[in-house]
Amino acid sequence: MEHITLLIGIVIITALVFDFTNGFHDTANAMATTISTGALKPKVAVAMSAVLNLVGAFLSVEVAKTISGGIIDEGSGIRPEVIFAGLVGAIVWNLLTWLAGLPSSSSHALFGGLIGATLVAVGPSGVHGDAVVMKVLIPAVCAPIVAGLAAAAATRLTYRLGRKADEKATAKGYRAGQIASAGLVSLAHGTNDAQKTMGVITLALITGGAVSPHSDPPLWVIVSAGTAIALGTYIGGWRIIRTMGRGITDIAPPQGFSAQTGAAAVILSSSHIGFALSTTQVCSGSILGSGVGRKGASVRWSTAGRMLAAWGLTLPAAGTVAAGAALLADQGSVGVCAVAVLAAAACAGIWYASRRKPVHASNVNELPDLIVQPVDVAPNPAPAKVNVPTAEPSRATAPTV
Amino acid sequence: MSIDWAALGQVFGVSVGVTVGLVGLFTLGIVWLSRTEETPDQVAVSGGSAALARTGAYTCFALCAAAVAYGIWIIVN
Repeated sequence: MEHITLLIGIVIITALVFDFTNGFHDTANAMATTISTGALKPKVAVAMSAVLNLVGAFLSVEVAKTISGGIIDEGSGIRPEVIFAGLVGAIVWNLLTWLAGLPSSSSHALFGGLIGATLVAVGPSGVHGDAVVMKVLIPAVCAPIVAGLAAAAATRLTYRLGRKADEKATAKGYRAGQIASAGLVSLAHGTNDAQKTMGVITLALITGGAVSPHSDPPLWVIVSAGTAIALGTYIGGWRIIRTMGRGITDIAPPQGFSAQTGAAAVILSSSHIGFALSTTQVCSGSILGSGVGRKGASVRWSTAGRMLAAWGLTLPAAGTVAAGAALLADQGSVGVCAVAVLAAAACAGIWYASRRKPVHASNVNELPDLIVQPVDVAPNPAPAKVNVPTAEPSRATAPTV
Repeated sequence: MSIDWAALGQVFGVSVGVTVGLVGLFTLGIVWLSRTEETPDQVAVSGGSAALARTGAYTCFALCAAAVAYGIWIIVN
């Protein structure tokens, strides 16, 4: 391994932590409907998604030469401190949205963090405003609309075609279809998101002089980034899975299949045509669409509204945290250490707060308590069980993230 | 700043078309296959129409599998 300074080491670790949060934040994208319709058991679903994420990380060496997709002027004096501050902003926002159970885009958190840190450290000249609009804002508005319409049309069609068929006889087919399309989403996620972290680490190595400019990421970077995202995926962001799988609408197997196929089709066609849309927003949009497309299904628009708010806030919020971190980190080694300590404390605090109402593999399919039940549905007795901090031995082994 | 409306429109058209096409194809396959199965509420078709239903179903599934393979090819490249 090349000579690496302490600062670069901290940046690499922070990047891997971000990759990990990226993994567990985004498990829901591929697996929420698969889990809530019972096509796969929760643990099996996250394990499958983790393996495919890992495979995806190795599939393509087409690493984005510009980690930020041209949003940041990487030649304008980006130092490791700036990358570090950007990552801290992204991690803190990812954890906060996870605590609230809201699916927000990890890529937008990373972009927001890098933009905020760059604004403070370099100034407005370091950020390409056009690229922000083209690569973040427009895709953010379009993704849920495109995916939602596709999934709504597909749901309508599948119910129409299958209206005379026996429900039991078709269930197996829908199950297989869901698993296949969820696998495709996981694979695409591994290729895209693991590579973002590889790009960040490689950039840090380049700015530190450990690797020559324009080089591909070293093998250990690919392995560690792939492992971090797979591990995060396997731990499973159960809170977000619950919101997406149960909170937006009640998903029946044909809807899950339509939503998941729509998500896979939108993600792949958009990245193929060169107008990449955020995985998280595509998947949320397609689930919403599958609720709109099925006659008689109720869509909980309040959950959708909260998700929209989180999407709008992601860029500025991650940017603000990162800007503060950049101010501190600019004060030299003491500043960097202070940011690291504060970030670790924030993560610990959020994790502690999450323990009060843990969501894990065994209660992931219960309705979130913040959702008001429709009157015609029998009251769900389960939340009481969730809230009581029992001392069952099984709880100690269940992952609670 | 110029927004690439053409690319956006293409993404929209291709996404909706592919999704509806694939889901429709797969549903047809499921429905045809389910006709060959005996359930409490349904008498299975038999003989020539069963063979026809099964062939149609497998053709649909094969086309869907081809689409998935193409998807993986896009991811790899």
